[in-house]
Amino acid sequence: MYRIETMNPFTCARSLPFVVTAMIFGISLCLTSSVIEAQIAIRGEIVHTMAGEPIENGVVIIVDGKIAAVGPAGDVAIPSDFRIIEGAVVTPGLIDAHATVGLTGIFNQAHDQDHRETSDAIQPELRALDAVNVREQLIEYVRSLGVTTVHTGHSPGELISGQTLIIKTTGSTVEEAVLVEPAAVVATLGASANRTSGSPGTRGKQMAMLRQELIKAQEYLVKQQAVRAGNGNEKDAEDADDADSKAPTRNLRLEALGQVLDRDLPLLITANRAQDITSALRLADEFKIRIWLDGAAEAYLLIDEIRQAEVPVILHPTMIRATGEYENLSFETASKLVDAGITVLMQSGFEGYVPKVRVVLFEAALLAAHGLSFEQALATITRDAAEVLGISNRVGTLQPGKDADVAIFSGDPFEYTTQCQVVIINGQVVSEEAR
Amino acid sequence: MRNQRQRQQQLAILRVYCTRAFRQLLIGGLALWVGFTGFKTCPLAANEPPVLKDTVAWTGAAILPMDGPEIESGVLIVKDGKIIGVGTSDEISIPADAQQIDATGKVIMPGLVCTHSHVGGIGGADRSGPIQPDVRIYDSINVRDSGFKRAVAGGLTTLNIMPGSGHLLSGQTIYVKLRSAQTIDDMMILAEDGWIMGGLKMANGTNSIREEGGSFPGTRGKSAALVRQFFLKAREYGEKVERSAETPDKQPPRDIGLDAMLEVLQGRRIVHHHTHRHDDIMTVLRLATEYNFRVVLHHVSDGWMVADQIAAAKVPCSIILIDSPGGKLEAVNLKFETGGILERAGVTVAFHTDDYITDSRLFFRSAALAVRGGMSREGALQALTINGAKMLDLEDRIGSLSAGKDADFIVLDGDPLSVYTKVLQTWVEGEMVFDRENVVDRLYAVGGYGAGHDQSPYFCCYHELMLQQFGLKVQVADFLQK
Repeated sequence: MYRIETMNPFTCARSLPFVVTAMIFGISLCLTSSVIEAQIAIRGEIVHTMAGEPIENGVVIIVDGKIAAVGPAGDVAIPSDFRIIEGAVVTPGLIDAHATVGLTGIFNQAHDQDHRETSDAIQPELRALDAVNVREQLIEYVRSLGVTTVHTGHSPGELISGQTLIIKTTGSTVEEAVLVEPAAVVATLGASANRTSGSPGTRGKQMAMLRQELIKAQEYLVKQQAVRAGNGNEKDAEDADDADSKAPTRNLRLEALGQVLDRDLPLLITANRAQDITSALRLADEFKIRIWLDGAAEAYLLIDEIRQAEVPVILHPTMIRATGEYENLSFETASKLVDAGITVLMQSGFEGYVPKVRVVLFEAALLAAHGLSFEQALATITRDAAEVLGISNRVGTLQPGKDADVAIFSGDPFEYTTQCQVVIINGQVVSEEAR
Repeated sequence: MRNQRQRQQQLAILRVYCTRAFRQLLIGGLALWVGFTGFKTCPLAANEPPVLKDTVAWTGAAILPMDGPEIESGVLIVKDGKIIGVGTSDEISIPADAQQIDATGKVIMPGLVCTHSHVGGIGGADRSGPIQPDVRIYDSINVRDSGFKRAVAGGLTTLNIMPGSGHLLSGQTIYVKLRSAQTIDDMMILAEDGWIMGGLKMANGTNSIREEGGSFPGTRGKSAALVRQFFLKAREYGEKVERSAETPDKQPPRDIGLDAMLEVLQGRRIVHHHTHRHDDIMTVLRLATEYNFRVVLHHVSDGWMVADQIAAAKVPCSIILIDSPGGKLEAVNLKFETGGILERAGVTVAFHTDDYITDSRLFFRSAALAVRGGMSREGALQALTINGAKMLDLEDRIGSLSAGKDADFIVLDGDPLSVYTKVLQTWVEGEMVFDRENVVDRLYAVGGYGAGHDQSPYFCCYHELMLQQFGLKVQVADFLQK
């Protein structure tokens, strides 16, 4: 299903001079396995660039995997040798702001579920890089519905379950697919983070454990910095050896939390009940860490607090079941948050049963039906998602210089009856099956 | 109870007379007094709502009758909980004494029929064994469960409430109307002879197989063998009962489970059979032929692989569409195209919510996704209504808008298959059970704080008073949490 050739178009032959150069350098693998495709021009009745007003009768020119030009048909000339793809509605490739797909697989059997390690409540050292299966069928599935970028990793359900990464939904190894690694550390507050035996068993204990572990990591950072500073001043080899011996043994767990404390990585905190959302904000304030509020089913009760904390909300899937900690979810939460100036992203989340993966296109559609404008709803899975995830230099809008990740639909993408017809990633057509 | 229902209807009718301008005037003048309770100000302020007449004529709406072509600007006449006329304004003369409701710009279609639901906080068979026909879901339903409120918000008016699929045979199902109810008896549907209508839930494949064994099967072969042996037992019981009809002393000891099985063997109680994989589907067809029972296939994830065989067996399918395949081994081949493939093979197709698997408020979505996958629009809408009715032996009473049928219908603000369309009102037997403009109903339709709780019994007595005095927030926060 996945193409064998490398997906980075710059390493593949695109033009005759390039081909010659490649042959000279003997990059035969690339040549023999690569489909040498024409450059692409997309013609859309409506092009939602998400960087300005939608363009009627728009054209998107793709050269060497990047967007070269976007504009009305009258302004943008299409070179004669370009492959032309036409469609009704053109959008940027969709971004799933939080998923577990790739760590969770279609079969839902032990062998394809790597989202949650239960041996300990706090394990921020677990890298998604070592766990994600980029050839998972469900990644191909969401791709066929327009999803081109996924922020995926360890699931909610443990106090700190591990790390996440951001991948394109193409590539035959994680190294080819990866955009950002690591992307975040995942934490959970509330009933779902309690363990059946051992700690934490209560909300109070959850916060106590998180605070203690972050303080440990602070101390670890201080020691490491002191040793490094000490080394810098020491000329004497003996003293340097002494300093090394004083350096704390490297601890991957504390290093990962150190990245959170240094604000290199955000702490993605799944919190749905109002009191858990409040705890998340309190934790962010105490340790001056960056957080992404995830789930946030009762966020509509705390709009002022969330706005003041300047925290983005990766809202639960709109269609997640309204039970347990989600029992008070509202289809209108996104609209209330966006109206208050809070950035909202949409996610597919984690599902333990069926559907094993949700599709952010469908989840955002319900937002457009419940108070968000079409553009606002689309932004939750394109532009705004890219900005919060820190990948807006690459994806999220259709603008010159960005990766050529594009989805083409037969009509309003949010209508259930509309089909996704073509999906392009890095300038390559990866799906042409109308879905 | 009755008075309350009548009052609800009166409010709905009255709203039609409350023009936007009049409403705004009232809101302006009475804002301090009533808070922001929108349309409720109208009847409350008017004080004397007009009495709902016996006959109501809905005019101007696009009507989708389901047993005939769409009527662009139709008339629907309802009297005493029944439909007495449907058609174009030329065809139908409106009785002089009818209350007229202008529904121009709206869409009216039959209430939706869900052939497979688990709402109501139900519990069927327990762990004691794989075959338990004695268990009635009837005995386990909480009519105040918020799931019922979400169901009417989604336009559902009839459900088949079923026990789960963790057994080969998990009990008797019940068909219910979503009338406003104090007890389950207010919801059930009786046959002409007083029989409580319902089916029998069965399942095969992995859900009913248990690794721990015991009396439960460990393989598909054993599953089928247990079922075959049990049907033989039921047959023998039936023969004994028949033989001893005139010799009461020779009657076998009464077995309530086998009594239910006799209703199955007599063709009165339909088997609703959970089945996913193509070979499991064929097993159901084989058993249905061997023991001659009526069956509806449910879920049918691999149905597209054996569509012709299902069509040849003349067995209807109630299918579910999930957002993605997988999540369990038997559902990895699930796809949006199944509805269309079965339809083209000539199979009668309905959809179900399997609520909580999919939310009843989003039932229209199933039909729309099937259309996305190639099903006809007409077929998909019938699969939400009349086809489901057929699978419950209720097609003479519900599922389409035609004279003589129950007045179970919904009012929409647009195309039923559009994501942007909302259910505005749901009516069961001429009584309104959901009104999107009612603040409490809207809470369940949209969600929000308190929406997950049981429907509060306190509403029956106090909520209007609270609305007047304190407004929505107090009402929702305080009452719904009780």
